[in-house]
Amino acid sequence: MQKYSALSLLRNALSGHRDWQPAWRKPDPKPAYDAIIVGGGGHGLSTAYYLAKEHGLTNIAVLEKGWLGSGNIGRNTTIVRSNYMLPDNNRFYEWSMKLWEGLSLDLNYNVMFSQRGVLNLAHTPSQLDDYARRGNSMRLEGIDAELLGREEVARMVPGLDMSPSARFPVLGGLLQPRAGTARHDAVAWGYARAADARGVDIIENCEVTGFLREGGRIVGVETTRGEIRAPKVGVAVAGSTSQVLRLAGIERLPIESHVLQAFVSEPVKPILDCVVTFGAGHLYISQSDKGGLVFGGDIDKYNSYAQRGNLPVVEHVMSEVSVMLPFVSRLRLLRNWGGIMDMSMDGSPIITTGPLPGLYLNAGWCYGGFKATPASGWCFAWTMARDEPHPLNAPFTLDRFQRGYVLDERGAGPYPKMH
Amino acid sequence: MRIHCPCCGPRGVAEFSYGGDGTIRRPDLAVTDTDAHVAYVYERENPRGPHVELWHHIGGCRHWLRVTRDTLTHEISSVEMAGRFAGDAARMPGAGA
Ligand SMILES: Cc1cc2nc3c(=O)[nH]c(=O)nc-3n(C[C@H](O)[C@H](O)[C@H](O)COP(=O)(O)OP(=O)(O)OC[C@H]3O[C@@H](n4cnc5c(N)ncnc54)[C@H](O)[C@@H]3O)c2cc1C
Ligand SMILES: [Zn+2]
Repeated sequence: MQKYSALSLLRNALSGHRDWQPAWRKPDPKPAYDAIIVGGGGHGLSTAYYLAKEHGLTNIAVLEKGWLGSGNIGRNTTIVRSNYMLPDNNRFYEWSMKLWEGLSLDLNYNVMFSQRGVLNLAHTPSQLDDYARRGNSMRLEGIDAELLGREEVARMVPGLDMSPSARFPVLGGLLQPRAGTARHDAVAWGYARAADARGVDIIENCEVTGFLREGGRIVGVETTRGEIRAPKVGVAVAGSTSQVLRLAGIERLPIESHVLQAFVSEPVKPILDCVVTFGAGHLYISQSDKGGLVFGGDIDKYNSYAQRGNLPVVEHVMSEVSVMLPFVSRLRLLRNWGGIMDMSMDGSPIITTGPLPGLYLNAGWCYGGFKATPASGWCFAWTMARDEPHPLNAPFTLDRFQRGYVLDERGAGPYPKMH
Repeated sequence: MRIHCPCCGPRGVAEFSYGGDGTIRRPDLAVTDTDAHVAYVYERENPRGPHVELWHHIGGCRHWLRVTRDTLTHEISSVEMAGRFAGDAARMPGAGA
C-alpha cells in the first residue's frame, strides 16, 4: 500500500498526480476463502479490516452487489455520537467513539472526523429533566455530557429562534462535546483500502443470490460471479437483510425495511459549527465543509425498498428546520435522496452468531448505524473469528426478543416506525 | 402516494397512519407456547414486493383498511375494509369513486 503523507502529496504534486496507485485492487473471486462477508457497506468493510488486523484472518473476501459506497454508508447524514441512556448501548457506542478518535491514523486515511459537538435541544421542563437523566447515565459510563441552559445554547448556535414566543421555545440542551461528524464516503474508502492492504479481496458487482449448504451448515454462497465457498459467512447488508436471509431459508426476522430521506441545501458561508437536533420533533442538522446544510428527520414510516421517499416527510422536515433555524427557510434545497434501513423491533442492532451454523448476522442498524461502523465491524470480526460475541455485543443477540431482553432505548414498543 | 379509501375515496397518504404487516394474527391468549406470541409481536416477513398491510384513515373516516401495496414501487393493488367492516367495501360511499 502506498502510504499517504504530506511528503507523498508533495512528491505526487511534482509529478502532476499521475503516479497515485488505485486505493484497492479489483481482484476476481477465488473459489474459496476462510471467511466471506456479504455487503460492502461500512459495516462489511470494517468487519473485514478488523478480521485481518485483530484476528489475523486475511484470506477473506467482501462481496458487494454494486459499487463500494452505493448503500447507506454513502447516503447518511454523517452524525457520530455516543449519547445513549441504556448502559449496553452506551458501552458499545462509546467504544465506537474511541475507535473513531484514532481512525484516520489507524487507517492512514483522512476520514475527516470532526468532534464539533452534538447538541440536543430541550423545549419543555420535562424534556430537560429527561436530558439530565440521560447525561448522568452517560457520565456513569465515563462519557462526556453537559447540560446547557438557555443562554449557553443561544451563544453556541446563533441562528436558532430563541425568542420566548417561538413555536417551541428553547429551554436548554444536552451537549456531547466529543460527538460530531465524519466524511461518510471516506470511511468506506479508508476501510476498503486498509483491508485490501492486509490481503482482503474486495469484490464489487458481485451479488449473493443463494447460499451453499452441507448438512444444515452454510458452507459458501452462490453469486452472480459464481460459487464461492467459505466455512464462515457473515451477512452485513443493512436494508436488504430480510431479502438475503430468505435465500438461506430464514423467512422471518425482527426487522422491517424502511426508507429514510436526507437533504442538503445550497452552500452558504459558515453558520453552524456543531450538530443540532430539534427536541420538539425529529430533526438533525449540521453544515458540511462545502457549506451545505445537511439534515434529515423521520423515516417515511411504512415498509419500503424504494430508495426514494414521499413528499409529506419532505414537507414535515422543511417545516421543522424553518421553525428551528428561520434563516434556512430562505435557502434553496440542492438535493434529497433516500436509503433503505433495517429497522429492528426494539431499535437496537443485532450482531450475532447464527441464525444457522456457519452463518453470522450484523443487522438492525436503524437510523444510527453510521456512528457504529467501527465498533460494529470490530465486534462482528470478534464474533466471526471466535464463534462467540464479545461482551460489548453480547446484549445484541437475535434471541433477546425470545428471552425478553429487548433494548428499547426510547421505550417505544415493538413498532419499527417508532424507533 | 394516495390510498383509495372505500369510504372516503382517494386521499393523500398524510391522512393515514401506518399499522404495519396486516397478515399477522394474535394467537389465542389460551395458547401458552411463547414462540407463537414472540412471532406475533416481533417477527415479520418484510417482503420486497406485494405486502398486505394495515392503514388507519385517521384524518378521515377513521376506518382501518387492509391494503396490498408493493414495497418496491408503492403501487397499491387492493384496499379493503378491515375488522368488523371487512367485506363491506362495495357498499361504502367511496366505492368506485
Ligand atoms: C438518509 C440516511 C441518513 C442517515 N444518517 C445517519 C447518521 O447521521 N448517523 C448515523 O450513525 N447513521 C445514519 N444513518 C444510518 C446508517 O447510514 C446505516 O445504519 C449504516 O450505513 C448501515 O450499515 P452499512 O454501512 O453496512 O450499510 P450499506 O452501506 O447499506 O451496506 C450494505 C451493502 O450490502 C449490499 N448488498 C445488499 N444485498 C446484497 C447481496 N445480495 N449481495 C451482495 N451485496 C449486497 C448493498 O449493496 C450495500 O452496499 C442514515 C441512513 C440514511 C439512509
Ligand atoms: Zn376513509
